[in-house]
Amino acid sequence: MKFMLIMRVTDETLEASKDLDFNEMIAVMGRFNEEMVNAGVMVGGEGLDPQDPGVVVDYSGETPVVTDGPYGETKELFNGFWMLEVASKEEAVEWAKRAPLQGPGSKMEVRRVTEVNEFPQDNEWVQKEKGWREQLGTA
Amino acid sequence: MSGAAETVTARRRVEALWRIESARIVGALARYTGDLALAEDVAQEALAEALVNWPREGIPRDPVAWLLTTGRRRAIDTFRRRSALDDRLPQLDTGPAPERPDDTDDDVLTLMFTACHPVLSREARVALTLRVVGGLTSDEIARAFLVSTATVQARITRAKKSLGAADAGFEAPQADELGSRLASVLSVVYVIFTEGSSASSGGSLIRFDLAGEARRLARVLARLMPGENEVHGLSALLELTSARFPARTDADGEPVLLEDQNRRLWDTSAIRRGRAALRSAERIGRGLGYYGLQAAIAECHAVAPSVAETDWDRIVALYEALGTLAPSPIVELNRAVAVSRDPAEALPLVDAVAEGLPGSHQVAGVRGELLLRLGRTAEARAELERAVSQCGNDRERTVLTRKLATLD
Repeated sequence: MKFMLIMRVTDETLEASKDLDFNEMIAVMGRFNEEMVNAGVMVGGEGLDPQDPGVVVDYSGETPVVTDGPYGETKELFNGFWMLEVASKEEAVEWAKRAPLQGPGSKMEVRRVTEVNEFPQDNEWVQKEKGWREQLGTA
Repeated sequence: MSGAAETVTARRRVEALWRIESARIVGALARYTGDLALAEDVAQEALAEALVNWPREGIPRDPVAWLLTTGRRRAIDTFRRRSALDDRLPQLDTGPAPERPDDTDDDVLTLMFTACHPVLSREARVALTLRVVGGLTSDEIARAFLVSTATVQARITRAKKSLGAADAGFEAPQADELGSRLASVLSVVYVIFTEGSSASSGGSLIRFDLAGEARRLARVLARLMPGENEVHGLSALLELTSARFPARTDADGEPVLLEDQNRRLWDTSAIRRGRAALRSAERIGRGLGYYGLQAAIAECHAVAPSVAETDWDRIVALYEALGTLAPSPIVELNRAVAVSRDPAEALPLVDAVAEGLPGSHQVAGVRGELLLRLGRTAEARAELERAVSQCGNDRERTVLTRKLATLD
């Protein structure tokens, strides 16, 4: 099964991380990644730019509203993700617990990745999506 | 009631932790005792103790250290008991403690080599590898192979006895035997994969995902032996073959032949990983081996938008290389199938192979297919009927029967 570990941080965590030694931070995260690669479970992952939290498009109203920065009141920011191929949810959680994250509001979300076969195969749009996935290389 | 639920949760956590850490724990204990069988025994005892204690008392802050210490203590007890009977045996309790498994990659590799030791039967190698390297329970192995737990336990017990009888110890192979010992490890991983990939998809929730475990083992090996082209070749082959899994059965669970598969269903990220592994194999500069060549053939299919647009010339060349490296009638047959873009040219090739494969449903199936393309329907029907009667695999028989039905 595939799981996505989604790293979430808050403004406070980001602010605090500015005091940390950059090389040390890279080394700590690198060791975590290496452990998962050595264990043969890591199949992908990306980091999101912490300097530019981007924008949020809110669909609560009739027309989408675009605001700067992370989500609303909580100031929670998705900061990156890992894709793991493991035998159970518990195993994914076990890896998540080893992530070198700390600080108030710093969180990891563990979500199972659905497989394309789980959707109704006779649906025209499901078929189309498979085509897009093929082109994008994101299956 | 919540107590029972918590116990189950804690148990699952311990099992997950064991999956991640067992190879390093058993490896460290095996190096400590110089005896894989003993290490496996005491590691299992430590795990059993953890499964009783941790749900009750909470998981220790350093579970690996706890398991290692407990395993070591059990090993010392065993040595004391043995040395009471025989004073020639070493006293281990004064020796150095097993090291924290931080930099014990060598131990994991030695563990793989020992679990796949040539004195063991193939079945024993597979069971022992899944147990000590994969961290699977006897139950999980039993369900994966559709045999009883008692059978798996007996296999593992016998395997451990054989290792002891052969005085296998716990050592990396010597340079002169590295090639053959590595071949044994790779073939065990490949067997685990094929066993997993032939599993019916409907039962995948109950059956342990052996194909996934084989992919994981191949990736681990690729990290441990980055200079061995066949390790990367195997990893590539498993990824590229797995990429086709989503398309290999239809909505009713019936098998779909490669040529009829919806290529949009192929897992493109698995293809990407497989191709990357294949490039790693090529970069080593010693050419491709048995697994690498098969991976290269799988790659030809993986990158082709359709059957017609497949680079069949390259596939034929790769099969020829494979046939030279590892001559086998099955490889020849596959080469003939690749040539069969021109059925008139392929038929004599298949006939030449047929002598080496008497009574093979595959030969009959391929001949039937070729005759069909040549418009010799009556002969095709006879061959396909023969293939059905000779075929021992339900899935393949279904494909052949359906092909026959289209002739009516």
